[in-house]
Amino acid sequence: MAIEVREVNKSFGGTQVLTDINLDIGSGSLSALLGPSGGGKSTLLRVIAGLEQPDSGTVVISGRDATRLRPQQRNVGFVFQHYAAFKHLTVYRNVAFGLEVRRRPKAEIRRRVGELLELVHLEQFAGRYPAQLSGGQRQRMALARALAVEPEVLLLDEPFGALDAQVRKELRAWLRRLHDEVHVTTVFVTHDQEEAMDVADEIVVLAGGRVEQIGSPADVYDHPANSFVMSFLGPVTRLDGELVRPHDIELSAEPAGGTPARVVRVVRLGFEVRVEMRAAGEDVWAQVTREVADRLDLKPGDTVHLRPSAAGRVPEPSGLTRQAPGL
Amino acid sequence: MSAVTATQAPTRARARAGGPHYGTGLGLGVAVLYLSLIVLIPLAAVVWRSARLGPVTFWHAIRQPDAWSALSLTVGASLLVALLNLVMGTLIAWVLVRDRFPGRSIVDTLIDLPFALPTIVAGLVLLALYGVNSPLHLNLAYSRIGVVVALLFVTLPFVVRTVQPVLLELDRDVEQAAQTLGASPATTFRRIVLPNLLPAMLSGAGLAFARAVAEFGSTNLISGNIKFHTEVAAVNIFGRIENDDVAGAAAISTALLVIAFVVLIALDLVRRWGRQHG
Amino acid sequence: MASRYALRAVALLYLALLLVLPVGLIGYRTFQHGLAPFIDAVNSPDARHAFWLTLEVAFWAVLANTVFGIGGAVLLVRHHFPGKRLLSTLIDLPLAVSPVVVGLALILVYGANEPVGGWLQRLGLQVIFSVPGMVLATIFVCLPLVIRAVEPVLLQLGEEQEQAAHTLGASRWQTFLRITLPGIRWALAYGVVLCLARALGEYGAVAVVSGRVVGETQTLTLFVEDSFNNFNQPAAFAAATVLAAIAILTLLVAKLLRPKDSP
Repeated sequence: MAIEVREVNKSFGGTQVLTDINLDIGSGSLSALLGPSGGGKSTLLRVIAGLEQPDSGTVVISGRDATRLRPQQRNVGFVFQHYAAFKHLTVYRNVAFGLEVRRRPKAEIRRRVGELLELVHLEQFAGRYPAQLSGGQRQRMALARALAVEPEVLLLDEPFGALDAQVRKELRAWLRRLHDEVHVTTVFVTHDQEEAMDVADEIVVLAGGRVEQIGSPADVYDHPANSFVMSFLGPVTRLDGELVRPHDIELSAEPAGGTPARVVRVVRLGFEVRVEMRAAGEDVWAQVTREVADRLDLKPGDTVHLRPSAAGRVPEPSGLTRQAPGL
Repeated sequence: MSAVTATQAPTRARARAGGPHYGTGLGLGVAVLYLSLIVLIPLAAVVWRSARLGPVTFWHAIRQPDAWSALSLTVGASLLVALLNLVMGTLIAWVLVRDRFPGRSIVDTLIDLPFALPTIVAGLVLLALYGVNSPLHLNLAYSRIGVVVALLFVTLPFVVRTVQPVLLELDRDVEQAAQTLGASPATTFRRIVLPNLLPAMLSGAGLAFARAVAEFGSTNLISGNIKFHTEVAAVNIFGRIENDDVAGAAAISTALLVIAFVVLIALDLVRRWGRQHG
Repeated sequence: MASRYALRAVALLYLALLLVLPVGLIGYRTFQHGLAPFIDAVNSPDARHAFWLTLEVAFWAVLANTVFGIGGAVLLVRHHFPGKRLLSTLIDLPLAVSPVVVGLALILVYGANEPVGGWLQRLGLQVIFSVPGMVLATIFVCLPLVIRAVEPVLLQLGEEQEQAAHTLGASRWQTFLRITLPGIRWALAYGVVLCLARALGEYGAVAVVSGRVVGETQTLTLFVEDSFNNFNQPAAFAAATVLAAIAILTLLVAKLLRPKDSP
């Protein structure tokens, strides 16, 4: 295991931010800490980095108890949401910083910084100051700076949070590729479930200072441990008092044991069609393909019969429920 | 077409009448006249009076032993004061921004006291504590150390007040980034914090130096104004005015004005340099 | 975290020795024998004259600099003209000039032996060694204070509200009174307070141009020096305490008025 977090608790001025956190991050994995803001995910990341001290519990990094180690002794790479660029130093000197304070030979520093700038495609910007870079470039510089010291784990706190949507998408794909090349154990914090599913091998869902579920993106989406995880990870609607994903509702014209519903509105969003209905005094909506909508010839006022499809019948206990250690 | 121009014309005339540019000339004229009558013409008269002496006589005037001694003491003491402020002002700003203790906001308010306190009162209060009847048994009256202490008192706020806002705005993430990269607290301060504070520190120290060179009231009582020992340039000028040596007073005043001018230019350069690297 | 306490201790000790103890001691010395000696000292005819003269000089200087400060700030922020940067630099000049040099400069223009001063003298206006000269010297030393307090707020306020008022038919004067002035009122008050404190406490420049005639051109600061040099320490300490109290009051008022976003 690259990171083992055991029974960590942390509070700020009487507010409990982390409660009994247990977490294992496997070597070489790419994990996302996902949750709503205020859920404690940034604090957990900062506890791992040593930027915050837990009130109780332990943090083990690469088999070494790091709980009482200062950040500079932990050999972690940390990337901040707002880059934390050293404004008075050039891009080259920013990336070289960690190596310089470790008093590595000049030649080695030059070689290593050159490699990293190439890796993040900033080789032609080596002589510039951070103020002369775009947000995406600054974040890539911050990444190169964190990787320069060959950290045992790479921690990223909402790394794309300050960037606009287009750059964000590019950097996501790029982080994924980078991880495939470098293979350093990586943990990043995000509140964007799409980002977590797109990039991570493993997702840790945190809310209210507790781990709600740990699992692969498919696991947490298809087998959510509870209704919170289910609604946080994707769209949900309620059918017969049960939470269902709207794309897991089958519509048919025949009764065949389904719940009858009246169509209120049909919204065509390109390939996908959203059907808003009333069933037994409750609002319910379904996501269907254009073919299905056309075949049923759906119009407001029609009556249809609804039932959950095989894939999403009832959220099954997945075995990957909350705080299962050893994943 | 003609209808359009017809409706536009009055709008434009109205914009000119009510817009911001009307009256610029009048306002500028009044402002320049006010500034000229009170500041520019009198200062020009000082420079003119010493220029009329010619370069040789001017040089002789400021090289008169008592004048030269006063100028040397002033510049030397001011340099020392600027240096001490550089260290203590930064330290105080650091404590005010980064430390938390009861009464911190009172201390923060007190920093400005030397700006609000009349200089003669500053001299008197220092003499009460560090004079002949010092309750601390520390008699600095009529000594050069007394002059330095008086100058430290009146220049205290400069470095504190220039460094404080920069320190407040300094991103804590940046220091934490340095820590995660393996830098010790001392290294982080030296290589990350200090370069960011340096323009503000130098700027504050420059202002303190300029103020110390010009200072009159606070040094007046504690120094005893002993010629060749504790008399500063401003006091020397004052003595010459009292003794009707207006030409000599003008020459030394011009020397002070030149020093002030050089400091102002240096400060501007520091600010530009700070902006480039900030 | 021992280093944190060490830094705190050094900072507080330095401030105590340089600032708090000296100022505190003067208050103690003034009142150590009760209130009566203090009242006697500040109630002497010379002290009372000095007090009223100080107020008179400060009043005219603050008034002049307030008008100039508002006008100058509007000029620098709202208008564009060649030489603007130069004018802005010249406005800061008084801060860099020694008070004694200020006094000398005014004597060299407005002294009775100089062409301009002699001409004014013949018109019956004595400037130097008289109240007008003291007002001029005080205006000089606090000239930048109001304008520099108002300028940033005026800039931040922007021109749009004024333009909106113009489009609604308000005249320039109405716009100024109803829109601009309310927008800058706290900054203006802040600048006026700073200017007033500086004016009440000015010593060097006034010492040069006043001639320091007891009971005639002696302000409070000159009274402090004169009393001290004549071994009348109770009077010197009492007047100094009054001035220090004004200074502390100024600090508190300025702290309340200071724009909240600046430290």
